[in-house]
Amino acid sequence: MLKSSLGLITLSSLLLSGTVFAQEKIKVGVTATLEGTYTVLGEDGIRGFQTALNVLGKKVGDKELEFVIASTDATPDSAVRAVRKLIEQDKVQILLSPLSGDEGIAVKNFAKTHPELTFINAASGAQETTYVDPAPNFFRYNMDGAQWQVGLGKYAYEEKKYRKIATVGEDYSFIYTQVFGLVLEFCGAGGQVTNRQWVPLGTKDFASVIAALPDDVDAIYLGLGGADAVNFLNQYQQAGGKAHLMGGSIMIDQTILSSKGNAKNALVGTLAASGQADTWENPSWQRFVKDYQDAFPPNKRFPSPSLLATNYYGSTMALILALRQVNGDLSNNQTKYKEALAKIELDAPNGKIKLDSNRQAIGTNFVTEVVDDGKGALFSKVVNVIPNVNQTLGYDPAVFAKIGLPSRTVPECKKY
Amino acid sequence: MTRFVERHPAWALVVMIVIAVALWLIFAVWPQGLEDAVGRKRVFLNALFNGITLGGLYFLVASGFTLIFGLMRNVNLAHGSLYLFGGYVGYAISASTGSWVLSFIIAFILTALVGVLLQVLVFRRMEGQDLRQTMVTIGLSIVFADLMLWACGGDFYQIQTPNWLIGPVELPLVTAIKSSGEPVYLRYPLVRLVIFAASVVIGVAMWLALNRTRIGMIIRAGVDDRDILAATGVRIQLVFVVVFALGAGLAGIAGVVGGTFQSLSPGEDIRFLLASLVVVIVGGMGSIPGAALGALIIGLAEQLGSVYIPTYAIVVTFLIMVLVLAIRPQGLLARR
Repeated sequence: MLKSSLGLITLSSLLLSGTVFAQEKIKVGVTATLEGTYTVLGEDGIRGFQTALNVLGKKVGDKELEFVIASTDATPDSAVRAVRKLIEQDKVQILLSPLSGDEGIAVKNFAKTHPELTFINAASGAQETTYVDPAPNFFRYNMDGAQWQVGLGKYAYEEKKYRKIATVGEDYSFIYTQVFGLVLEFCGAGGQVTNRQWVPLGTKDFASVIAALPDDVDAIYLGLGGADAVNFLNQYQQAGGKAHLMGGSIMIDQTILSSKGNAKNALVGTLAASGQADTWENPSWQRFVKDYQDAFPPNKRFPSPSLLATNYYGSTMALILALRQVNGDLSNNQTKYKEALAKIELDAPNGKIKLDSNRQAIGTNFVTEVVDDGKGALFSKVVNVIPNVNQTLGYDPAVFAKIGLPSRTVPECKKY
Repeated sequence: MTRFVERHPAWALVVMIVIAVALWLIFAVWPQGLEDAVGRKRVFLNALFNGITLGGLYFLVASGFTLIFGLMRNVNLAHGSLYLFGGYVGYAISASTGSWVLSFIIAFILTALVGVLLQVLVFRRMEGQDLRQTMVTIGLSIVFADLMLWACGGDFYQIQTPNWLIGPVELPLVTAIKSSGEPVYLRYPLVRLVIFAASVVIGVAMWLALNRTRIGMIIRAGVDDRDILAATGVRIQLVFVVVFALGAGLAGIAGVVGGTFQSLSPGEDIRFLLASLVVVIVGGMGSIPGAALGALIIGLAEQLGSVYIPTYAIVVTFLIMVLVLAIRPQGLLARR
C-alpha cells in the first residue's frame, strides 16, 4: 500500500515537473530544403540559422528556445506538409519557414488558417507572398526576388553597354520575380530583352536549352539555382559557350561559386545582383562572415556564407530579438510579439532592415561582379550598393500595381 | 523486314515516309518558311542529337535493369542507388588520380561487387518470391540513399571531363547558309558524342555476347526456362551472380557517365530508377533491344519536348508510357 502510494506520488511529481518544464520552453519550427535540387541551399540556410544561435544564444528571459527542423524539397506541398507536421505533432508556437519561392506563397496562405501563431519567413523571395493578399501573421525580413535585382539592369545598360539580352530561368515564382525586377529596370533604361526561356525546376540536361540560346545578344541572364545551375554551367562549358553572362541572386552565390569541378569558371566576370556581396567591407558583414567561418570546419561550409545563410541569420535574429523585447510573452494569441516583430528594425549583416505595412522587408541591395581570388576560389565583389530598396522598387504604388504580377511574360519590355 | 512490308504495306509506306522526312530535316538546308514556322535548324539538330545521346545514357542504366529482370524476374528497385554509387566512386577516383578512364574501370568493378553481395546475401535467400524481393530492394534503396548522403553530403559532384573532350566539334551537317554563301556547320559537344559511341559499343557487345557466345546462350535459356536449364546441369546460381554483377556494373558505368555530363547529388538515384523503369516499360521488360529502343524514344521525347513544348515536356515521357501500356502492354519489343 505504502509502496504503491509512494510510487503514485513519485509519478505525479514527475508529471508535474514535466509540465512546469514544458512551460519554460518556447518551441520554434524551422523548415529548409534539405532534399532535391536545392539541398545545398537548405543546408547552408541551416548553417546561417545555427550561426545566429551561436551569436545570440537560445535564452529569452528565463525561457529557453527549443527548435525542431523539418525538411522540404522546394515544392509548395512539401512545405505545407512540413509546417503542418511542426504545428500539429511538435506543437510549435513560432515558425521560421520556408526557403523557396513557391513554398513561401503556400505557407503564407496556410498561415491564415492559424492566425494565433507567428510565421517568420526564412528565405523565400517570391513577390506574391507579401504583395498579394498578405497574411497578418507572416513576416518577411528578406527582400523579394525583384528587390534583389535592383541596380543590375541599369549597371548592365550604362556601364557594360549591354543593349540586348536574353534570359534563361527556372519556371517558378521566385525566378519570375527576379526576371521581373531585371526586365523592369533594363527595359526602363532602354535595353531590350529578346527572349525568355523557362525550364522546369530540376532539369538535368540543358544541352537543347543551350543550343536554343540566341546568338545576337550582348549577354545572357541566368536565373538558375542549386543543381540546375551547376548542370547548366557544366554543359555550357562542354558546348563551348562564350557569351557574356549575367546572374540572378541564387546563381551568383557561394552555393554555385564553390561547387566542385571547374565549370563554375565560366562565371568569372559575370555581373549579378543580390541582397549581399561576399567581399563587402562593412564591419558587421565582416563580423558575420567570421562568425560563420568560426562556427563550422572549412570542409563543412562554404568559404563565405551564401545568400541563404544570410537570410536565415537575419530571420532568426528578428525572431529572437523581438521575442526578447516582449520578454517571451506569447499570451493573447501572441499579439504583443507580432507588434514587436512588425516594428523591429534589424541591424542585419547585409544592411539595415525594416518592414513595410505588408510586413515585407525594405533593405539594401548589391550589384556585384564575380572575381577569382587568385587561389581558384570565386567571390562576388561589390560594384554598387543601393540602400532603402522597397517592394515597389521605387515606383509609385499605383503604377507598380498596373505592371501586373511576375509571370513568364510579365512585365512587358517597356518603360512603365 | 520484307515480311513486315508484305504483311503491312500501308504501315511500311508510312514508316518509309517518316524516315525520308527525318533524313531531309537532318541533311537539307531548311527553307526560310520552315525556319519561321518551327525555329532554326541548329536548335532542331541539337535537340535531336541531345535526345539520342541522352538515350545512350538511359540505355546504359536500363540495360542492366532489364538484364537482371529478364533472367531473375527480380525488379531491382535499388538499381538507381547502384547508379549513384558508381558515380560517387567515379568522382573519388577521377579526383584523386585524375584519370577519367580509370574511374570507369573502378566504378564498374566496385558496383559489380556490390551487385554480387546483393545477389549472394539478399536475393538468393528469397528466390522466386517476387514481391518480397521488390519490397526488400525498395528498403535497400532508402538505406543506400541515406548512407551515401551521410558519406558524401548533399553537395553536387561533377566528374572532371578530360581536357581532350572539352569543347565542341564541327559536324559535317549544314545548319544554315550565310549571306556570303558560306555554309555554317553544326557544332556539337565532343564528350556527348564519345559517350554515345561508347554506349553503342556496349550495346552491340552485349547483343553479341548474348547471341553469339556460350554464356549468352545459357543466359537466354535461363530467361526462357530457369528450371529446365538448372536440370541440364548448368550452375544456375553462378549465372545469376555473373548477370547481377554485369547489370550492377553497367549501372556504375552509367553513374560515371551521368556524373560527367550532368551532376551527382542525392535524388539522382530515384530519377534514374524512374527513367529506367519508364524505358523498360516502353521497350519491353527483359529485352535488350527493347531497352535500346525505349531509351532512344524517351531521350528524344525529353529533349525535343524541352525545346518545342517546354511547359509540357515532363508530361510527354509519361504520355508515351501510358500510350504503350494501352496499346501494347508487354512493351514495344517484348517477346510474348
